[in-house]
Amino acid sequence: MQRFLSHRLTVVVVLALIVALLPLVFPSAYYYRVAGQVFVFGLAAIGLNLLMGYAGQVSLGHAGFMGIGAYAAAIGPAQTGTPVWFWVVAGSALSGLIAWVVGRPILKLRGHYLAVATLGFGILLFMVFTNESRWTGGPDGMPVQRLELFGWRVRTGIEWYWVSGVLLVLGAWVAGNLVDSPTGRAMRAIHDSEVASRSAGIDVARQKLTAFVISAVYASVAGASFALMNGHLTPDVSSFLRSVELVTMVVVGGMGSIFGSLVGSAVLVVLPQALTVFHDYEHAILGLMIMLFMIFLREGIVPSLARRFGRRSA
Amino acid sequence: MSKLLSVSDLSISFGGVQAVDGVSFEARTGEIYAIIGPNGAGKTTLFNMVSGVYRPDRGRVMLDGQDVTELEPDRLCRLGLSRTYQNLQIFFRLTAAENVMVGRHRHESANVLAHLLALPSVARQNRETRRNAVALLARIGMERYADTPAGSMPYGALKRLEIARALATEPRFLLLDEPAAGCNPVETDEVEAVIHAIAKDGVGVVLVEHDMKLVMRISDRILVLEQGRPLAEGQPRDIRENPAVMKAYLGEHGAREAARA
Repeated sequence: MQRFLSHRLTVVVVLALIVALLPLVFPSAYYYRVAGQVFVFGLAAIGLNLLMGYAGQVSLGHAGFMGIGAYAAAIGPAQTGTPVWFWVVAGSALSGLIAWVVGRPILKLRGHYLAVATLGFGILLFMVFTNESRWTGGPDGMPVQRLELFGWRVRTGIEWYWVSGVLLVLGAWVAGNLVDSPTGRAMRAIHDSEVASRSAGIDVARQKLTAFVISAVYASVAGASFALMNGHLTPDVSSFLRSVELVTMVVVGGMGSIFGSLVGSAVLVVLPQALTVFHDYEHAILGLMIMLFMIFLREGIVPSLARRFGRRSA
Repeated sequence: MSKLLSVSDLSISFGGVQAVDGVSFEARTGEIYAIIGPNGAGKTTLFNMVSGVYRPDRGRVMLDGQDVTELEPDRLCRLGLSRTYQNLQIFFRLTAAENVMVGRHRHESANVLAHLLALPSVARQNRETRRNAVALLARIGMERYADTPAGSMPYGALKRLEIARALATEPRFLLLDEPAAGCNPVETDEVEAVIHAIAKDGVGVVLVEHDMKLVMRISDRILVLEQGRPLAEGQPRDIRENPAVMKAYLGEHGAREAARA
């Protein structure tokens, strides 16, 4: 257990150091903005990784929860005049509640069937955000108020870099705690054998639901941060493509690796920016690189490299 | 005082095939009760009904006077009935110690919020669960595997690991489905010693096993199934000499040969 504890702390400390030291190599404010996006999607990916990489349940609709968090943070303050942070919390609670209600029936499904059901759920939410233009501004989107924390208005990319960095480290810490707790062990057990988990006294349906709700809250906080960071919000936050991106981040970075989720997020956020030099071939090259990652680093970037260098991954 | 696992008239059919038909037996805590029979006799199916994996068409399972027929395996586990599987059901990505720790699940707090925040109580409980798991591993002679991922352990060790995980739930009755299948003679001896120790601790052991020598050595009582129906029940020596049992195993001709030999 001592080893686990130190291990868990290592991830958090390394992440905190990355967040703290990265700005030393940033030549311009633009880099802060890109890194902030990496952190926000990294947070969502960590949550999804708890569901996919640890509990072994797929979701192709998680951007829907990002949408709930984002629109709660956008619509709530605008309609009621209450503080933005309150709506970040309320949106997370709403996401958790919806995940609980939706998860009860659909988590009975397995594999491809679960994938299609969650996909449908994501598309449903995307349609709601697109069509309810009275509230959401429709496909053109809506403006989002600035986040205010203890009288500090978080506005610039540099400020958001720090807020999202803190959220990422917190998210990684909480996820690490969960993985090494009775709930986390039960989730990982279900991934390997549901039938044995049940015989070991685990309420499988309940544990799956717990993982689903927790991952939904992660996505919701990430979605709210994304909206507040950009100051503008369109339904694209909850599009099917976004959901697929989240899944890709988890798989490319490494299922069951918290650090991998950040790496996966970095790959999917930074590469498109870096590849703009290729103009028309940008997307083709991105797709090709993801394929190459999967062929040569099948377990995901972090676990594969960790194995190659003879250490267990985080 | 000994407790009772009482099965009466259990029956199930799959697509018109009567897999198990009217099987009854009673097992007591501290006793080793074996269920044998030729391939396809319905032993594992019977196990699956007793342990809540299948719902029987007919019949009842009583655990210590309580009707548990319709209960799911996790509920049964919490009432003190656990099992192992014929084809290994191990958590391959977890270490040996973690596998056994999962068995402690029903004894651990289920406060998810505390788990997320790693409150001191959770850390304390984690340490205790781990200590408990390592002690169980030591009992089956597998302490050195504690931090080895189960996926890289030898087969015989995994068979025992599955038993250790089931024991971690602190069952009153333990169903073992072919605990010695695929084990070499040394591993079989180890499994036998473990089963003896479990029964001595007052746990009721019900096992399905093909290794007849092991069954005859270890069992207090034996139930023989043939084509889903009970054929005979009794102590090992009664079963060994029962002509109907011999016929079921060896066929008409073989039984005659055996009788002459």
